[in-house]
Amino acid sequence: MPEITRDEVAHLADLARIDLSDAELDHLAPQLQVILESVASIQGLAGDDVPATSHPLPLTNVFREDVVTPCLTPEQALSGAPSVEEQRFAVPRILGDEQ
Amino acid sequence: MTETLVPFDEVLERYDPAFGLEVHVELNTNTKMFCGCPATFGGEPNSQVCPTCLGLPGSMPVVNAKAVESAIRIGLALNGSIAEWCRFARKNYFYPDMPKNFQTSQYDEPIVYDGYLDVEVEGETFRVEIERAHMEEDTGKTTHIGGATGRIHGADYSLVDYNRAGIPLIEIVTRPILGTGAKAPLVAKAYVAALREILLGLGVSDVRMDQGSMRCDVNLSLSPKGSDKLGTRTETKNVNSLRSVERAVRFEMSRHAGILDAGEAIFQETRHFHEDTGTTSAGRPKSDADDYRYFPEPDLVPVAPSREWVEELRATLPEPPAEKRARLQAEWGYSDLEMRDVWAAGALTLIEATVAEGASAQAARKWWMAELSRAANDRGVELAEVGVTPAQVAEVQKLVDGGSLTDKLARQVFEGLLAGEGSVAEIIDARGLAVVSDDGALGAAVDEAIDAQPAVAEKIRGGNQAAAGALIGAVMKATGGKADAKRVRELILEKLA
Repeated sequence: MPEITRDEVAHLADLARIDLSDAELDHLAPQLQVILESVASIQGLAGDDVPATSHPLPLTNVFREDVVTPCLTPEQALSGAPSVEEQRFAVPRILGDEQ
Repeated sequence: MTETLVPFDEVLERYDPAFGLEVHVELNTNTKMFCGCPATFGGEPNSQVCPTCLGLPGSMPVVNAKAVESAIRIGLALNGSIAEWCRFARKNYFYPDMPKNFQTSQYDEPIVYDGYLDVEVEGETFRVEIERAHMEEDTGKTTHIGGATGRIHGADYSLVDYNRAGIPLIEIVTRPILGTGAKAPLVAKAYVAALREILLGLGVSDVRMDQGSMRCDVNLSLSPKGSDKLGTRTETKNVNSLRSVERAVRFEMSRHAGILDAGEAIFQETRHFHEDTGTTSAGRPKSDADDYRYFPEPDLVPVAPSREWVEELRATLPEPPAEKRARLQAEWGYSDLEMRDVWAAGALTLIEATVAEGASAQAARKWWMAELSRAANDRGVELAEVGVTPAQVAEVQKLVDGGSLTDKLARQVFEGLLAGEGSVAEIIDARGLAVVSDDGALGAAVDEAIDAQPAVAEKIRGGNQAAAGALIGAVMKATGGKADAKRVRELILEKLA
């Protein structure tokens, strides 16, 4: 049976930039554990003859031709941005490092 | 932390280097990986974006067929296997260079696996094993505002242009390369150079390291001599020239050895390479930040290249560069040394094109390796960008072969071409460079030379034909080097018979 600890939930929340209080962690961690157990019971039903799947559609190779299609205008692209400078999205100072 | 650098030779007395290279190649497709926005450079900021590459709600990615085709061709050219079935995955991270908060990449199912590339360094061949090559998308371009250095540390805020976000990338990852010893820096450089050459031949990328269409990360570790256990590695990012690849390996070897000699442990981290000093500095530690929570991309169906398609693409592969070099060397009759020089000067394809235009291999080599290489050096540009085309070199040589130009005059034609004075014909015309072989004009000059040097003329009359050289020289001087020397000799001997 898979287990998810409170610490792991806290770590996941941190990775997902979700600010959880101690009370929320106490509340949510056991709930996630229940969800994992439910999923595990389904896993028990799949025999070796059932391949793992990541997609409900029995499709492969859905491609498009390498042909240019119209873009948004810069004005449209930036219209939803909270802050714009020099026709670019202005974002808060970034901690960490360049990818 | 100790930062003592150990001299390179000393490093090798105590340690064996192991290194690996991750090379990112931007494909030269018309459009992005998952949407139809143009993948060209230089557009106004945020003018080549759409809901898909901006990660707007409701948008759906669709894979660019041409990018998959390029990935497969790259894989085949690197002697790799092509996956029969593979998926894209989301690499989740929070950094504004990807507006989606994830990069669509491939994780445990790369499209290419188990390839290799043989590279030659100083007569020794090393096999570089390629673990995988996978498809992904490039990120947007961030500009950091405020702070002293323009780098990220100390920046007040950042500006993001998403034109580059979504351009198809192929990441090519080697296995750790062992047993190269003192040649490690050169093998690293030779691998990237060989890879670049292959990609250029495939025509799938501009592979301009200076413009970022080919980027290299260098992983390096040292282990005590004789130990078969790999040491802790560092990853040096964005090493963006062939020379820098060599320097980065060399520097990290010296730096690691200093730390290990002091009995300290290597700190696993990314390092930034500095082109100006050839050194690296600490980036971020490798830790929880690397927990990308990859999972299969639910918006894209698997890629399952049929074996027929793969074989069709295999048939489109150009001749492998190493084989091509061997073939051309045999065809051209160059010595090993000549071939190496030609290769190092970046003249191979130029000479090939010049020969295709009708010049002999020797003549083509002569012009490209002497006059034109010198000019490229003086100007600090690549030979290919010096301003003279293979067709022009062949045209000039044809005139030399036909006797209407001498080598000396040809040099002046190249001078004119380099100075942008027009076409070969225009320069010959404007500078008055045609060889004079007209008997009337030459005859007068020959007569003058004979009159001026009666003693020499007498010797020739007496049967000493070797003495004609002095008169030929005089005629050449009088005509500014434009006389057809062969015809001059004939005329002298006729007149003094």
